[in-house]
Amino acid sequence: MSYDARFKVWRGDAAGGVLQDYTVEVNEGEVVLDIIHRLQATQAPDLAVRWNCKAGKCGSCSAEINGKPRLLCMTRMSTFTEEQVITVTPLRTFPVMRDLVTDVSFNYQKAREVQAFSPPADLQPGDYRMQQVDVERSQEFRKCIECFLCQDVCHVVRDHEDNKTSFAGPRFLMRVAELDMHPLDTADRRQAAKEEHGLGYCNITKCCTEVCPEHIKITDNALIPLKERVVDRHYDPVVWLGNKIRRRSS
Amino acid sequence: MPRTRASAPPGATEVSNVPFSGGVHAPGRARIAARTLREDRWWLQPFVTFVCFSAWLLYGLVRASLQRDYFVADYGYLTPFYSPCLSTSCVPGSTHFGTPFGEWPALIPFAALTLPFLLLFRLTCYYYRKAYYRSFWNSPPACAVPEAHREYSGETRFPLIMQNLHRYFFYAAVVISLINTYDVLHAFRGRDGGFGLGLGTLILLANVVLLWCYTLGCHSCRNIVGGRLNHFSKHPLRYKAWGLVGKLNARHMLFAWVTLGSLVVTDAYIALVSAGTIGDFRIIN
Repeated sequence: MSYDARFKVWRGDAAGGVLQDYTVEVNEGEVVLDIIHRLQATQAPDLAVRWNCKAGKCGSCSAEINGKPRLLCMTRMSTFTEEQVITVTPLRTFPVMRDLVTDVSFNYQKAREVQAFSPPADLQPGDYRMQQVDVERSQEFRKCIECFLCQDVCHVVRDHEDNKTSFAGPRFLMRVAELDMHPLDTADRRQAAKEEHGLGYCNITKCCTEVCPEHIKITDNALIPLKERVVDRHYDPVVWLGNKIRRRSS
Repeated sequence: MPRTRASAPPGATEVSNVPFSGGVHAPGRARIAARTLREDRWWLQPFVTFVCFSAWLLYGLVRASLQRDYFVADYGYLTPFYSPCLSTSCVPGSTHFGTPFGEWPALIPFAALTLPFLLLFRLTCYYYRKAYYRSFWNSPPACAVPEAHREYSGETRFPLIMQNLHRYFFYAAVVISLINTYDVLHAFRGRDGGFGLGLGTLILLANVVLLWCYTLGCHSCRNIVGGRLNHFSKHPLRYKAWGLVGKLNARHMLFAWVTLGSLVVTDAYIALVSAGTIGDFRIIN
């Protein structure tokens, strides 16, 4: 069954913009991205929106719908009432380029700052047979589609632009956790998590987990375990004392 | 060429050229006046949390200060708020672990020995941190809702860096849970001193089971039993234990709330029976 839905879509660029009112036809089974495309086809041909797969797997169509970070292609219109006005804006943590498109290069910068997987230098192909139990924990993190909704919603950078230099954000702290849990990785991830990627800024309020379209338990399975590993290394007085005694006796 | 709109075009409901400042109004971001566009009742959850936590703290403070109605001598019921009672000032029979402290100073509650550790265990708990950062400190009150503070350093500085001591309060909580478990064994007693079972026994038992579920589901416990390992395949027993703790950990929030309730129910029931307001419903003896 079709109906006419009322939309407010943010139109503009870095210099300014407006929440523009539109009335658009909605058909059964459609998602918000379908409506944005209909808007482009019928009323606003110059509306900029980034999208690709329409299947929740490419992470391109991230935006904010009624103030919540969501994928446009995974937000069903049936979750709204016919009377509801639906507001669509670009991600509000990153610089806007035009309309619903933002510049997410902050995330690529942070990705580059994470040291790549570092196996032992003398490891030859075939030397190590990976067991399923050793990799399954990290497999959850590999589901990430890099939509950057977690980076967008994280208040550490969303509400504090100045923290962007010192905080990697949940997506890349999850990457650090994934590498730290890898049986063959030799890099010192815990020191890096604390000193370079700003793990201490995370106050585990779990918004990253709430918005993740892949339902990755970012906080419980990546950030908190990483925090505990950093505690093992840096904040546990018993471990510290043990290390001191061991060093003295050796 | 960049398009700039200084005034609202037809169909526009809001001209978004708010001055740049902090947060979502930082330079370069979409200039939208409203700091949040959420229309749902995002404030409800932090508000309910604030009310419930405050009420619980008030209840605990009042009960810990009362210094009475904490033990039912006939059936061996000792409320967890006063366990262990280790002074000669305690009601006779309630000192399950002896009286190493002799006379107890009048103004200090018996609970001063254990309650601070339990409170610190919960205060530094990863779930409670989320709950009170949102509801008491508004940092942030809800997802995609601006926080109330101009500056933010998270848990990188004193005092919040002390949250990293959570594992030590976990160890203390394990010891206190063992004490609470021993108290439950004392509650299987009838009026004649033999075996007995009453509603109070079942309440104490349920409470201690829930306390164990909360304590063992702690994120620090999960790290200690196996989370810190990278080669699970080389430690099958610890891997198994990690999996079991993980199941409790997935319900950590649930147990955090349920145990708040079960502690109050247990304490209130024992207080009412001890004061003679109600009688204990006996099942056996």
